[in-house]
Amino acid sequence: MMNASEKQKLVVIGNGMAGARFVEEMVNLGGQDTYDIAVIGEESCGNYNRILLSGVLSGSHDPNDIFINPLDWYAENNVTLHSGVRAIGIDRKGKMAYGSGGLLLPYDKLVIATGSSAFVPPMDGLYDDDGDFKKGAFVFRTLDDCSAIIKHAEGARRAAVIGGGLLGLEAARGLMNRGLEVDVVHLMGWLMDTQLDSLSGQLLQQSLEELGVQFHLEKLTTAVLGDDRVTGLQFKDGDTLDCDLVVMSAGIRPNVDLARMAGLHVRRGILVNDGLTCRNDQDIYAIGECAEHRSQVYGLVAPLWEQARVLAERLTERNADSAYVGSRISTKLKVMGVELAVAGSKDPLDDDDEVVTYVEPNRNVYKKVIVRDGKVTGAILLGDGLTMPRILQAFDRGEALPENRSELLFPLAADAGPSLNVEDMPDDAQICNCNGVTKGRIIAAVDGGCRSLKAVCDATRAGTGCGSCKMQVQAVLELAADGLVADDPSAHYYVPGIPLTKPELVGAIKAMELRSVSRVFEALAGGREDAGSKHGLASLLRTIWGAEYEDERDARFINDRVHANIQNDGTFSVVPRIYGGVTTPDQLRRIADAAEKYEARMVKITGGQRIDLLGIPKEHLPAVWQEVGMPSGHAYTKAFRTCKTCVGTEFCRFGVGDSTKLGVQIEQRFQGIESPHKMKLAVSGCPRNCAESTTKDVGATAIEGGKWEVYIGGAAGSRVRKGDVLCVTDTHDETLLIMGRFMQYYRENARYLERTYDFVERTGIERLRQILVEDGEGICDRLDQDMQAAVDAYQDPWLEAGDPVHPNQFVTTPAELTAPAAAAR
Amino acid sequence: MVLITKAPDVFAVSDMSSYGTHILGSAAQIPIGEGRRFEIGGMAIAVFRSRQGRVYATQAECPHRAGPLADGLLGGEALVCPLHNFRFDVGTGEPLGNDCPALRTYPVSVNEAGEILVAISGS
Ligand code: SRM
Ligand SMILES: Cc1cc2nc3c(=O)[nH]c(=O)nc-3n(C[C@H](O)[C@H](O)[C@H](O)COP(=O)(O)OP(=O)(O)OC[C@H]3O[C@@H](n4cnc5c(N)ncnc54)[C@H](O)[C@@H]3O)c2cc1C
Ligand code: SF4
Ligand code: FES
Repeated sequence: MMNASEKQKLVVIGNGMAGARFVEEMVNLGGQDTYDIAVIGEESCGNYNRILLSGVLSGSHDPNDIFINPLDWYAENNVTLHSGVRAIGIDRKGKMAYGSGGLLLPYDKLVIATGSSAFVPPMDGLYDDDGDFKKGAFVFRTLDDCSAIIKHAEGARRAAVIGGGLLGLEAARGLMNRGLEVDVVHLMGWLMDTQLDSLSGQLLQQSLEELGVQFHLEKLTTAVLGDDRVTGLQFKDGDTLDCDLVVMSAGIRPNVDLARMAGLHVRRGILVNDGLTCRNDQDIYAIGECAEHRSQVYGLVAPLWEQARVLAERLTERNADSAYVGSRISTKLKVMGVELAVAGSKDPLDDDDEVVTYVEPNRNVYKKVIVRDGKVTGAILLGDGLTMPRILQAFDRGEALPENRSELLFPLAADAGPSLNVEDMPDDAQICNCNGVTKGRIIAAVDGGCRSLKAVCDATRAGTGCGSCKMQVQAVLELAADGLVADDPSAHYYVPGIPLTKPELVGAIKAMELRSVSRVFEALAGGREDAGSKHGLASLLRTIWGAEYEDERDARFINDRVHANIQNDGTFSVVPRIYGGVTTPDQLRRIADAAEKYEARMVKITGGQRIDLLGIPKEHLPAVWQEVGMPSGHAYTKAFRTCKTCVGTEFCRFGVGDSTKLGVQIEQRFQGIESPHKMKLAVSGCPRNCAESTTKDVGATAIEGGKWEVYIGGAAGSRVRKGDVLCVTDTHDETLLIMGRFMQYYRENARYLERTYDFVERTGIERLRQILVEDGEGICDRLDQDMQAAVDAYQDPWLEAGDPVHPNQFVTTPAELTAPAAAAR
Repeated sequence: MVLITKAPDVFAVSDMSSYGTHILGSAAQIPIGEGRRFEIGGMAIAVFRSRQGRVYATQAECPHRAGPLADGLLGGEALVCPLHNFRFDVGTGEPLGNDCPALRTYPVSVNEAGEILVAISGS
């Protein structure tokens, strides 16, 4: 740690959503080891959640409840806040920021986060003689604006809102809740015209009219009427409207004057590059609504949170190369209780774009998805909350869509999973059935500051079991966080402890020739070892380096140190490999002998067609393995597990393919191959599918004519998914080849702990066919070779029984206690 | 090399034969980065050797559901229980991100001869 005088000075201008979030990220990432942080904020309070001003206006939130970081937070975290001070100048040569009231702050690094202001259209009669708005006229941007509107509304009867965009509608809802009659005046032909197409705009208007709001479209307001207070509006077409309160919500303008005066490059916003650095000054950064990045100025919080995170990672050198590459914005909105989600573009951009729509005017339901290259590039979803999560997720992640688009707009009952309607659930409803986490616990965690799915899961353990409840956890999070949900960037990292995605990490590991887990931590995580990242890295390094991998046993989970699965009492289970589920009397005899001799507490037929000896103490593992004299069945590791088979042509009267033979071949070839998650296979001798091949990671089903259908991405565990047919093969060899090719591609490209059912869905079966069957990327030969190398390198881990890697590998309590109870007292 | 972790929390030892400082034999018995279980008198402790060259000693069983902590995974100062992945600070014993009671920890060091010394005290 440096002492105070060596630290650099970091000054942040603007204490709104972006500025304060950035400071929070800096504090969390240990930024205060290198920086003294000072913030200049014009608003005379701590930092609050601007989004919730709508709630304050409508009366659902108390102003005191919307503070994110009250003044105490700054003091507790050693951040100097100059609140109520307006920054009035930047001296770039002298590296000083000037504030109102004579404040002068030298800086080494300066972050501008001044946000934007409400745009006020030119209108006659808006100002009084002092140059203030006429009594009864307001904008809606700050807490002070909000308080003033509420105060005036008490004596008012009829309100007009100028602007039918999102904010204007929010203001209209608030005023209606306060008992006023509300008229919305909009310049364009339909509501929310930047986000919606005309039909959805009309349907939205219809829903809102049912709630009692009146709309005046295509109206240009030219004057505010009234002598000393607002009494009405005058429009260009000559019409007038009576009102005693008017809220102007006709758009926003980035606050860039300060930057412009300082000579920074400004277009609509302050121009920044992917490092969020100003074009012509490397020590000045801009984030939030005042920044313009790749021609985009964002007006929502999600992108600016990403920006705050990236900038904090850069400045703390937690990841000095972290880059902001722009945000895909999808938004879920509740406009006066009407559910609406929008993402990407609202209209097709060229002729090849496919537009899928469903309209039900009677219920004000509208669903429109724009598809390009099999992926969602835009969506409008009105009046249907159930389809939103999946479509928005597909948009956010760029996932491939089901070929049958109706599956997207109308999720099948079986696929829809548990109800996402968490709103009506009582607080004691159990959401996570593995760890018994209730809706109330999740809400408490969100209230306690968790804002991303990962943070909530870490804090409550919800979703950390089988994971099938994650969608519901996300839904509760969204409900409780009042729109303040963040996408945790670490969710995209391959392992949580190293801020890199899989391709970035693989690139760095290869370039720097990192062959052991500890070297990776040294080189890429500043020497910080992270327990949660160790086995993921071990698995990846083994796949990358094969025989050149420098194995460090402490990076492995206990199961992989002793090649058995730990049980709830600390003993282990032994599952010998039984190729294709076909065994012999001799094997059975040896298993029986071992079970008797070493007192297995239970002998069980597993769901994977083999035999499990349960309750074996660690010390006895080597002896049991030697006694059964069979190789490991890998019932413990993230690797190829089993290949189930049915009897097939050998005995079955319906069999059309030799499923046992192929199953044995498969298992002999791929046994123990490590992968991002486990792989379970099966072969069935006919489409009756007795070995359940269609719901396996990889499966084959014999079809008439001596052919095999090869399925991938099936599941029948915590999720159920029917596999996709990758191709049809003619021979056993061809089947083995194509299966191995897919498995190698999965090993290289899946995220850690991503089962094939998620991987295949994410990548898309069309694309996989193109790459793996048609060789569209020219990598098939390479994949086949790499799989062959992995097969050749395979060694049965149970051979360590006679040759342990450490004398105490299988020892729980080391024997050498030199001086028992050598009390030195 | 003599590295001592934080002083222990005060606790009661039920079996008087475990009181005092004990030599548990050579540190090399514990593979680097792993832990092993030791029995001293009537009690069991888990001793860990980190990759950073430190040693730590904690109670042997996880307060959650008695998981064998010596079989856990060590990363930095975090110890992850093998059964349900609850984490603890291996130096202080404090739970990390769960509300289990803290682990008891014991002062432990490695002497010049490379032997593990652990002090069990009580009140
Ligand atoms: C032994 C066995 C149950 C049995 O008595 O039959 C079993 C036991 C365990 N299964 Fe399983 N699974 C067993 C067949 C299955 C099957 C059926 C199958 O393989 O045909 C499934 C559904 C198919 C699948 O894999 O999805 C299955 C889906 C799971 C899952 C859910 C995976 C998912 O993504 O949906 C888990 C949890 C995980 O992997 O994270 C799991 C995890 C576990 C673990 C390893 C939990 C653990 O980490 O300790 C269980 C070990 C218990 C123990 O104390 O030894 N087990 N498990 C079966 C061993 C089969 C074998 O011979 O290798
Ligand atoms: C009522 C309302 C509802 C909204 N609802 C949503 C929603 O549901 N979802 C969503 O994603 N977004 C919503 N938004 C938009 C969201 O609030 C903004 O995108 C976000 O606040 C922008 O953050 P920022 O830090 O860039 O700007 P701001 O939050 O405006 O912060 C800028 C801060 O800088 C201060 N400042 C400006 N100039 C100076 C200066 N010279 N010196 C010192 N301080 C200065 C300002 O006083 C302000 O406090 C809503 C906005 C409003 C007003
Ligand atoms: S064997 Fe599988 S289903 Fe049964 S308790 Fe264990 S993990 Fe759950
Ligand atoms: S027993 Fe340790 S986490 Fe459950």
